[in-house]
Amino acid sequence: MATGVAAWLPFARAAAIGWMPVANCPMPPAPREHSKKQDELIILNVSGRRFQTWRTTLDRYPDTLLGSTEKEFFYNEETKEYFFDRDPDAFRSVLNFYRTGKLHYPRYECISAYDEELAFFGIIPEIIGDCCYEEYKDRKRENAERLMDDQEENKDSRLPNMNFRETMWRAFENPHTSTMALVFYYVTGFFIAVSVITNVVETVPCGSTPNQKDVPCGERYTVAFFCMDTACVMIFTVEYLLRLFAAPSRYRFMRSVMSIIDVVAILPYYIGLVMTNNEDVSGAFVTLRVFRVFRIFKFSRHSQGLRILGYTLKSCASELGFLLFSLTMAIIIFATVMFYAEKGSSSSKFTSIPASFWYTIVTMTTLGYGDMVPKTIAGKIFGSICSLSGVLVIALPVPVIVSNFSRIYHQNQRADKRRAQKKARLARIRIAKKGSSNAYLQSKRNGLLNELLDLTSSEEEEQHMNKTSSLLESQHHHLLHCLEKTTAHEFVDEQLYEQNCVEGAQFSRSPSLSSQDGFTGTCCTRRSRKRIPLPNASLSTTHTHTHTQGLQELSAIHIQCGDQPSLSTSSRSSLNIKSSERSRINCRGQQITTAVISLPSPTNFPPDGDGHGLPNPLSTPPTINTTSSSNIVKVSAL
Amino acid sequence: MNRIVEMKAKNRDQSLSDSRDLDGSYDQLTDSIEDDFELSTVCHRPEGLEKLQEQTKFTKKELQVLYRGFKNECPSGVVNEDTFKIIYSQFFPQGDSSTYAHFLFEAFDTNKNGSVSFEDFVIGLSIILRGTINDRLNWAFNLYDLNKDGCITKEEMLDIMKSIYDMMGKYTYPCMQEDAPREHVENFFQKMDRNNDGVVTIDEFIESCQKDENIMQSMQLFDNVI
Repeated sequence: MATGVAAWLPFARAAAIGWMPVANCPMPPAPREHSKKQDELIILNVSGRRFQTWRTTLDRYPDTLLGSTEKEFFYNEETKEYFFDRDPDAFRSVLNFYRTGKLHYPRYECISAYDEELAFFGIIPEIIGDCCYEEYKDRKRENAERLMDDQEENKDSRLPNMNFRETMWRAFENPHTSTMALVFYYVTGFFIAVSVITNVVETVPCGSTPNQKDVPCGERYTVAFFCMDTACVMIFTVEYLLRLFAAPSRYRFMRSVMSIIDVVAILPYYIGLVMTNNEDVSGAFVTLRVFRVFRIFKFSRHSQGLRILGYTLKSCASELGFLLFSLTMAIIIFATVMFYAEKGSSSSKFTSIPASFWYTIVTMTTLGYGDMVPKTIAGKIFGSICSLSGVLVIALPVPVIVSNFSRIYHQNQRADKRRAQKKARLARIRIAKKGSSNAYLQSKRNGLLNELLDLTSSEEEEQHMNKTSSLLESQHHHLLHCLEKTTAHEFVDEQLYEQNCVEGAQFSRSPSLSSQDGFTGTCCTRRSRKRIPLPNASLSTTHTHTHTQGLQELSAIHIQCGDQPSLSTSSRSSLNIKSSERSRINCRGQQITTAVISLPSPTNFPPDGDGHGLPNPLSTPPTINTTSSSNIVKVSAL
Repeated sequence: MNRIVEMKAKNRDQSLSDSRDLDGSYDQLTDSIEDDFELSTVCHRPEGLEKLQEQTKFTKKELQVLYRGFKNECPSGVVNEDTFKIIYSQFFPQGDSSTYAHFLFEAFDTNKNGSVSFEDFVIGLSIILRGTINDRLNWAFNLYDLNKDGCITKEEMLDIMKSIYDMMGKYTYPCMQEDAPREHVENFFQKMDRNNDGVVTIDEFIESCQKDENIMQSMQLFDNVI
């Protein structure tokens, strides 16, 4: 049932007057209000703070604690109020939900306390309004992460069941787990530092031999440096191989960034080993040594901050790219201008536009090295414009851009998050909506069941059955029932619809008794006529099993306990015998007959069940329209 | 009479709007929706309780309950057609009730100003729920007569019928045929159109309805809705 618009249900029911003159069948009776209560104020005492509201306000959401009879458990007879021993502050949001239809999440509230309150009062958190939903989800995620962290710390103490490989991997990933891991962590860190420092010191000129000028230390103490390098590379190789061995997914490990850095760090050494004596490629070999600097990136395993920085840069890549693009545009413009301005002057350093790029960049970033200066007047004018605009282009918007991009970035993240959450939320709301239409179908079945049992059971049982659904629900279902009667079609759910469509295709091919010989009957005869082809059709051999199956399905629809032929026959006999019951039955009689018709198994037709069908169905004229209400039972039944 | 209170709240940042005027361009990326709003809320208050009691057949308590529900959904005091459609569609989750809601809206909006105030709402409800059978039939006729010319043509009836059938949605048993509304309309005209001139006038309508037991009975279904 649509929540929040329960107040409009009377209007929707009144609007059904538009269907009445158009309908050809009588309408089902309206559900009786068992106790016509005037709307009253009820007092909710939550830990001493009293809230008051109308009863109908709470009745809007019958599947929550306050809207259902569950609140009676909290009723205090002496003070005539409902007492809840809960937090009154959180209760404010809960009560506002009933009043406005929107659930809000107050920021000062702790997320787990709020969740508990919602769970207590039977409200699903998914219906939190859009205004507060993001905040709620963020807090919930933080809380979940915190819980997970706590769990992981506890998990670390579970040692016994892991094999050697897993232990090693855990040691690599989390050095604090054991002393061995810590030792390994520090050793590798030390060697990375040693390796980096070695690379740096290698190039420093240290001391001069008597006959030569300063040589870099690397060439002076070649052996020492070589030994140092070898030691470092050996350590790194061993580390890499151990990690490769311990990794749970070797393929994924090999693809990860850190392992690539590892490989790049140690590869030059091995390549150098292979190519030592070849002079031609020694130039290339020297270049390879550059890659040794990548060893410094190995520190990122040791430093959380580096990892975060790298991640931030990666995620801001598009914004940075745009910044670069706009700068490039400005550079190209000014370089072109400067080149053409300086073209005339002699011995100009602005030999080409790409050569002017350097000048432009240096000028715009206000570095001003002075290695390239314009000499012509036009060049100087444009040069000064370039440097001024450089100040503006780079200095001014950078803070604005940085903050803007930070804001846009977070907004995008939120929008993506919201989109991702929206799907799940809408799915859940859709399920709830489907639940409401399913509720109608369910209650229809229950209703039929009730009516079958009505004729054999006593009055009290009937009332008991009726009380299971709330008044609001029964009124809504009555409304939907009236619509069904008006259009002479029934609501079904998807699967049955598909099956029926399959059979419908075969229906049309069955002998002429189908309803396609003109619309002369009304919905009721139409319905009974649709039944009529079934037994005949199943006589024909070709369509037998599909129709039998259809019949079984139909019997499944109409009667939940379809295996009670005795009940049906007794009810039918009661139809015949208890003529005094007719006035009470009137519309209900129709439904019982549909049940009856679909019950008998198609292979053997008990003559009473379909007896009306087999002999001369066409000769039974549809008489619903023109006869009085007492005849309704007759025509539809027999 | 009705008091209509208009509140205008102008954009606080005058400079922002000025700057927008300067360059004359409207960049959708940078201008957000909030800046542009000149909020004008129309607050409609209904006439007093006593006056409504005179105009309708509801008791004071019933009017109070109705107004509370009305005001809750429409705090501004009037319903426009979109809100109407949204509210009505919540009762029929399986089908599409927007066309029928449109016809209903037209029927409730007696002064044709595009919105249904509480008076319109309550007067309409009073006829349906507390009026005589003839009043109700008149109201239903008014609903069907889309162009309010005093007679229902087959096309009008077909529109109404289609809108009713649309509310059933796709998943029905038996499967909804294409011509089901049309057949229903034919049946309706056979019943109602006495002189077979292709239209149903108000007198034919009332007469035929009075002769039909089912209709008479179902008209009385609305006695205890409120």
